[in-house]
Amino acid sequence: MLNIKNLHVKLEDEDKQILKGVNLTVEAGKVHAIMGPNGSGKSTLSYVLSGKGGYEVTDGSASLDGQDLLELEAEERATAGLFLAFQYPVEIPGVGNMTFLRTAVNAQRKARGEDPMSAADFLKEVRKTAKSLKIDAEMLKRPVNVGFSGGEKKRNEILQMAMLSPKMCILDETDSGLDVDAMKLVAEGVNALRDGKRGFLVITHYQRLLDHIKPDVVHIMANGRIIKTGGPELALEVENNGYAGILAEVE
Amino acid sequence: MALANLKQTATEARLSELTLPVGGCLAEARRAALSRVQTMGLPGRRDEYWKYTRPDTLTQAIAPTAAVFQHDEAPIFDEFDCLKIVFVDGVFDAEASDDLQLEGVQIDRLSDIESQDIHWSKDLYGVLEARGQDPVPRPLAALNTAFAKDGVVIRVTGKPSKPINLIYNHQSESSDAMLHHVIRIDAGAEVTVLENGPAAARFNKCSEIDIADGGALHMICAQGRDHERRAATHLFARLGEKSVFKCFTLTVNGVLTRNEAVVELLGDDAVVHIAGACVGDGDFHHDDTVFITHVAENCESRQVFKKVLRNGATGVFQGKILVKSTAQKTDGYQISQALMLDDDSQFLAKPELEIYADDVACSHGTTSGAIDEEALFYLQSRGVPRRDATNLLTLAFLAEAVSEIGNQDIVDTIVCRLENWLIRRL
Repeated sequence: MLNIKNLHVKLEDEDKQILKGVNLTVEAGKVHAIMGPNGSGKSTLSYVLSGKGGYEVTDGSASLDGQDLLELEAEERATAGLFLAFQYPVEIPGVGNMTFLRTAVNAQRKARGEDPMSAADFLKEVRKTAKSLKIDAEMLKRPVNVGFSGGEKKRNEILQMAMLSPKMCILDETDSGLDVDAMKLVAEGVNALRDGKRGFLVITHYQRLLDHIKPDVVHIMANGRIIKTGGPELALEVENNGYAGILAEVE
Repeated sequence: MALANLKQTATEARLSELTLPVGGCLAEARRAALSRVQTMGLPGRRDEYWKYTRPDTLTQAIAPTAAVFQHDEAPIFDEFDCLKIVFVDGVFDAEASDDLQLEGVQIDRLSDIESQDIHWSKDLYGVLEARGQDPVPRPLAALNTAFAKDGVVIRVTGKPSKPINLIYNHQSESSDAMLHHVIRIDAGAEVTVLENGPAAARFNKCSEIDIADGGALHMICAQGRDHERRAATHLFARLGEKSVFKCFTLTVNGVLTRNEAVVELLGDDAVVHIAGACVGDGDFHHDDTVFITHVAENCESRQVFKKVLRNGATGVFQGKILVKSTAQKTDGYQISQALMLDDDSQFLAKPELEIYADDVACSHGTTSGAIDEEALFYLQSRGVPRRDATNLLTLAFLAEAVSEIGNQDIVDTIVCRLENWLIRRL
């Protein structure tokens, strides 16, 4: 489903190479995890895939179901079925969470040539999904992420993911800033979306999250490359021995 | 001190085109106002409060022409049930106006009271304007007091069932209009006044507002869509104990706008909110100049101004909170912000606080910036196209000012007009 080949990326304004040949394929219905030390390029990979500015692809390709992602605008990638759950969800004062969600859902429907969702249907759907994520009605009325706790922000990301129903979900350190209970709740939200067709790319520092979201494949990323790929046991190895052992082994 | 030659010549040139209405109960006030103009002289570029806005076209003897803008949007407050009072190029239009009868309010045309020997408004006409000349001269307002022939005097004695809507139509491309209103809110009375329309090619408006103890006035003004028009509006308000004055102005387009508000909080526990939202591009120049004086204790004042500028537009904000030594427990707030949609626009802001009391809370802030790229990307990553996302964020930026309006239906109407402006400029 998601095909990344030999992806090289540098910062637009600086001569600094961040990704140095990433190869990765996520099949439909599978959960892949990327782990790696700070500064290895994990978040950059998620930003480049979702179309954030400030990066320059110098080589390689990335496609979703055969469609070249790199030539699309960020909103077109979203409409094509890609979703990024942000590590740091952005606060947008003045825009109500509900307005934001509805605008996003209907923008994607419009781009796909579908009729907008009626206000009543939308409300019903949001309420149902929000309830399962323990998001109360008050949070839907407030401006997007403004004054939300860390847990609320992450739950709000999962709510958007559920409402937009993407093909391919990238979760960028969704566990950061969460306590154990909040992490469980978020993981349950993600697991509820695992339907055998949807692909997931879970970026994390720690094995913890992977106890709750069981990956099929684990990749270790370091210095802009994927240096090792294995099963869930690889995550345990990292948890027990740190990255140093794996890095030394590869070198 | 004698006026500088240049100023004297300009003032004389302007005055030579005008004739002072004679007789009636306002004659003395008009003569006094004329003498104020002659002493102060009309504004010039060297005046402290005209540094950022060129007064030339507002003071020159003959008004520059302005095309009448044709569009298919209905007048903004048409959907609301109001008592309508219509002026065309600054002249009262009886045909288009409603009957001036409404329970709880007494409305007279300025030119009708002119001929009377005695009228309640005599004690206010030119009085509040004259008070507002100190410490900052506002000669265009004095000019208005001296020469404005039309306007309304409104005395609110109760709580009228519907708002009063003053509609300012612009029909002649060379019109040069002056309107002078006096609004007196009696103790415990309350009214909403809606104003809309570009008024004239050049418009000078002066409103004197006196709110007695416990009275409330809500004003919402929309200055039309004509691009070439010029306007200098003045608002002088005096607030009694526990009274409330809330004023919001929407400006879309207009080659030159100067909106001045001068407010004195004379009774304890009074509340004043002055807010404005404007959007403009190209040769749009928009100036909000506000002066709020806290005299009494425990009063609240808020100034909230938001400007969206693009393609070379200029925004100006000069806002002052003066807290006299008697005004303990003052709560003053002032924010002015500009959102620049490109690199060509400019925002000039001069926030001022002058505080002589020691137990007050006053804050002021001013910012200018571009659309937040992070927020833009967040919206795009959810599938919202960049231009829609920009519009959404622009409306969000304006929301703080618009939400100063208490009435949600009016908020929705204003937001809709702002949205249309943005969509037209895609």
